[in-house]
Amino acid sequence: MSKSPNFIAAALLACALVAPALAQQKADARGGPRYHIGRAPTADEIRGWDIDVRPDGQGLPEGKGTVAQGEKLFMDNCSTCHGEFGEGNGRWPVLAGGKGSLTSDNPVKTVGSYWPYASTVFDYVRHAMPYGNAESFSVDEYYALVAYVLYLNDVVTDQNFELTNKNLATLKMPNEQGFVMDDRATSERSFWQKDPCMKDCIAPVKITGRAAVIDVTPEDGKDGKPRGVE
Amino acid sequence: MSKMDSPRKSRRSFLAAGAGVAASVLAKPALAGAGNPANQPPNVPEWSKSLGEGVAVRPYGKPSKFEKEVIRRDVEWLTASRESSVSFTPLHELEGIITPNGLCFERHHGGIAEIDPADHRLMIHGLVERPLILTLDELKRYPRVNRIHFMECAANSGMEWRGAQLNGCQFTHGMIHCVQYTGVSLRTLLEEAGVKTNGKWLLVEGADAAAMDRSLPIEKALDDCIIAYKMNGEALYPEQGYPMRLVVPGWQGNLWVKWLRRIKVGDQPWHTREETSKYTDLLPNGKARRFTWSMDAKSVITSPSPQAPIKHGKGFTIVSGLAWSGNGKVKRVDVSLDGGRNWWPARLDGPVLDKALTRFYYEFDWNGEPLLLQSRVQDETGYVQPSKAELRKIRGVNSIYHNNGIQTWHVQANGEVENVEVA
Repeated sequence: MSKSPNFIAAALLACALVAPALAQQKADARGGPRYHIGRAPTADEIRGWDIDVRPDGQGLPEGKGTVAQGEKLFMDNCSTCHGEFGEGNGRWPVLAGGKGSLTSDNPVKTVGSYWPYASTVFDYVRHAMPYGNAESFSVDEYYALVAYVLYLNDVVTDQNFELTNKNLATLKMPNEQGFVMDDRATSERSFWQKDPCMKDCIAPVKITGRAAVIDVTPEDGKDGKPRGVE
Repeated sequence: MSKMDSPRKSRRSFLAAGAGVAASVLAKPALAGAGNPANQPPNVPEWSKSLGEGVAVRPYGKPSKFEKEVIRRDVEWLTASRESSVSFTPLHELEGIITPNGLCFERHHGGIAEIDPADHRLMIHGLVERPLILTLDELKRYPRVNRIHFMECAANSGMEWRGAQLNGCQFTHGMIHCVQYTGVSLRTLLEEAGVKTNGKWLLVEGADAAAMDRSLPIEKALDDCIIAYKMNGEALYPEQGYPMRLVVPGWQGNLWVKWLRRIKVGDQPWHTREETSKYTDLLPNGKARRFTWSMDAKSVITSPSPQAPIKHGKGFTIVSGLAWSGNGKVKRVDVSLDGGRNWWPARLDGPVLDKALTRFYYEFDWNGEPLLLQSRVQDETGYVQPSKAELRKIRGVNSIYHNNGIQTWHVQANGEVENVEVA
């Protein structure tokens, strides 16, 4: 049981806080053989690709945009998939709403109901949006879009609110405290067993559910016959 | 992969209404697959009398045209578009532990990036002594490693949390593949760049239109991760990240960033979209587990299964299946014919490798009575694959990810097989 990588992963994280263990690990990462293959990127090359953003604001580019500016951009570029109010169209992601739904039968995970950090919105939207035309907006436009998405989620409430590289990291998201570290190693201890049961382990069972009742399996061809029963 | 509530499309007749039809077909096995008698003994078949195609007519080989059903398939209702969707590996048609490259399931977030390797660059920067930019050719000059590992989407079986839903292990378990990767140990490159003492996390990022980014702890990066450019001996397929991808053995597939373009070393995780809005496991109390990287031990019987019914009737029958664990090697697999009441040891055959698929068999004389087939793996850490009920007791049904519960196939007297739940 102690060999479980679940435990190891947890232990490693713990290790990260322990200076001697960490120093050892880092020494290893610096002390290996060198091959002198490749070159150093220029500052310009790094600048072009270095677009990630962290919850503490590290990585945010200088810029600004208001909710109102973002609303127009959103209507023109995003609402077809996400809906004008972030309610989502078809199977495209719902961006807003879902408050109080996480313990329900139908959790709706939106920026407001689920995402712990505003930085994630900026990081993701700049990486991947607009869908099919990624990284095509200016930095200010991305600030405006993120401001509007936060507005849709009541994280900011003023239409004139201006999101900037200075204030983004100060915004608190409703579900920031909603996450815990992976605890499978302790919460699921019962799954580690010395000798799994082999005989008369449970009472005789009955069928309680059938895929054929829900019946959403893709079919082959027009007659819908799966292979093997031709 | 978060679409748990499927539309109630009730259009299929095979199992619901077609039991009688199917039974009548199965009652005539000589006709099913009878083929053309002119090509069978005592006659000499046409292909024995005339010349076939010569060498290099098929310069890059393809499977026999009679195997055209052996393909990846998607589930249309699952996602809004094919560019951000998943296709599934036809596990029921495969044997051994290696997945052919053309059948490895796909998961894209912005479509398949078609990248000219001459233009592709891998950049390593951040908290390092010597930032690096590498071409594919330069990457190939570093010492190489070859390792066989499974790669499983954390949402594999995710559609089954609330109950049996899809008839076929291609769809219930097909978000997994296992290939031999060739590439450079990530540790080698991090040593070349020289990670600073405060470097604790990596941001790994892809070059496709999703530019997916994930945070990876440095301990895992230095342990067994690979930047791979070959799979099963040939170049990565575009849908698998050509020209290079990250390999993170035993950990959820989302971390195995395809079309890898950038590695940034930092001192904290980034909490990207993929590790907050997705790939966090929502529990019944409304809290969600984060950084649930490793894939727990799991197994599935690939044949017989709904797409691979028993066509031979009663008699000697081979149960074939796959087992794996993100925690290490498979130690044992047991098979039940009665829904988990009694278990029999299965036979592991072929290599049993660390964080790789393992093939198992259970051979028995089927008396033609209905079965409730299950498999249960135990890995070398002692972890035993739980029943779905045990799993739901702890996780509820909203976690989407990491559904490694025991699968039940109902083998009917006529040989048809259905995905069911038992209690």
